[in-house]
Amino acid sequence: MADEQKPAAPPAAKPAAPPKPPAVMAAVPWEDDLTGVLKGRFGDRITEFSTYLGQNFLVAAPEAVVPILEFLKLEADFDYLVDVTAVDWPKRPERFDLVYVLYSFSRNQRLRIKTFVGDGVKPATAVLVHLTANWLEREVFDMFGIEFEGHPDMRRILMPEEWQGYPLRKDYSILTQDTQWVQENLGIESGQ
Amino acid sequence: MAESTFLDSTELVLNMGPQHPSTHGVLRVILKLDGEKITGTECVIGYLHRGVEKIGENRTYAQFAPYVDRMDYVASVSNGLGYCLAVEKLLNVEAPPRAQAVRVILTELNRIASHLVWLGTHALDIGAITPLFYVMREREDALNIFEKYCGARLTTHAFRIGGLQYEIYEEFEKDVKAFCDMFLPKVDEYEELLTENRIWKGRLTNVGILSADECKEYGVTGPMLRAAGVKWDIRKAMPYSGYEKYEFDIPTARNGDTYDRYTVRMQEMRQSARIIRQAVEGIPEGPIMGKVGKVIKPPVGEAYVSIEAPKGELGYYIVSDGSTQPYRVRVRPPSFVNLQALDRMVRGGLVADIVAVIGTLDIVLGEVDR
Repeated sequence: MADEQKPAAPPAAKPAAPPKPPAVMAAVPWEDDLTGVLKGRFGDRITEFSTYLGQNFLVAAPEAVVPILEFLKLEADFDYLVDVTAVDWPKRPERFDLVYVLYSFSRNQRLRIKTFVGDGVKPATAVLVHLTANWLEREVFDMFGIEFEGHPDMRRILMPEEWQGYPLRKDYSILTQDTQWVQENLGIESGQ
Repeated sequence: MAESTFLDSTELVLNMGPQHPSTHGVLRVILKLDGEKITGTECVIGYLHRGVEKIGENRTYAQFAPYVDRMDYVASVSNGLGYCLAVEKLLNVEAPPRAQAVRVILTELNRIASHLVWLGTHALDIGAITPLFYVMREREDALNIFEKYCGARLTTHAFRIGGLQYEIYEEFEKDVKAFCDMFLPKVDEYEELLTENRIWKGRLTNVGILSADECKEYGVTGPMLRAAGVKWDIRKAMPYSGYEKYEFDIPTARNGDTYDRYTVRMQEMRQSARIIRQAVEGIPEGPIMGKVGKVIKPPVGEAYVSIEAPKGELGYYIVSDGSTQPYRVRVRPPSFVNLQALDRMVRGGLVADIVAVIGTLDIVLGEVDR
């Protein structure tokens, strides 16, 4: 574990000459019946409809996510919330991508909802729409420190409850640990 | 209410696990009991948390591939397939037909091996000791094929991004066919022991019922969803790795109780053997690796790819920033999501039933905790 930088070094050193590819996702606009309905209903609270590699996603304002989830569940049959997760982009003012993956059994379609939230912002919970969001949001809280407003049980789920820090944030290096917790609870100097 | 007793409470809190043989690893369940009745449960998980997703961000794409085997370690081939498919999606390449056929064979063999472990341990928890020895015997044959193919039995790392590393060995087809011929009568044998067994039926029927709507609500997938009557399998709904070429049925049941989940999984093993037979008949000739460079460097972008793992929908959401390491790897583990429904399944039931329900969930704690 300690030498995590070493194996990555040789491949990284090689490609120096070729021009850098554009650092944005080459997504194309997504348009069909569903986007029309969503546009009519949510207007400019949905800022983007895109497709990348054949996978549809939309970008919405944080406060619109739960209403969209509810609308999609009740009116468009997206009745299965597959996953809730986050991605950390520390340099961005709205630091986190919050990603919801949805599936519709009757349409046999998948769709992702993305929203951007800042550090300390509390997005609304989706538990009232999809029960499965309970543990999934707890994991997001555990790993990223995003608290969900209105969640019935906002505690850590995988890490010990007293643990300090959020492991999947980018400023939390792979060697970081809550030394105090480790010493108090495991009786060893360090877990490394 | 009766007059106040010595304890002055009707609720008893009982701690089950983390080191309890029937929790299949290190699951801790805090049970609230009213006599024999369960009035509430709380799962405490994370004892096996290794930070797999964090490790993924600090490894190259190829280096991370062996780590995914260690999540659901009884179905490591499925984990590997899901990861390879997700990275291939980002790279926009497809494994060649020969590699796809071999992938299907090994993945289905692994589904059988995984279901066998489930059957053995589930029956053991209920009190039927014999099936465990039977299933381990057949599982051994499946693992032997993995070992002969790639050298490993449990955490196989059988596939590579873009295809396969190894060409199949000489008697591969013969071994696989022999396994299928041997295996189907063995399933009959297990069924003879259990299916109509009065104790088995009594312990499983109407225990841990989860309806189709509840399954969708909780995101429960795999055999558990199918046992509730939803005919949904990702291999059919969104075929990958050439599954559309093979003929097979999706076994379903109606009641969504523990017995139904048993019958669904038993039939699934037969269907897996059927797929393997078709796949091994005509493994196409050709290369085993697609056009993937030595350095795997997907363009900036993201993708969510999921497969039908033995436990349910196993998804990988990978974000690439254009470098050699994934920017973010999210694993959507079926065991973790399915385990959440435990409370709904046992609440109001008897305390003895929780062992049956944990068994029927078919969780692997390595995947729950990652």
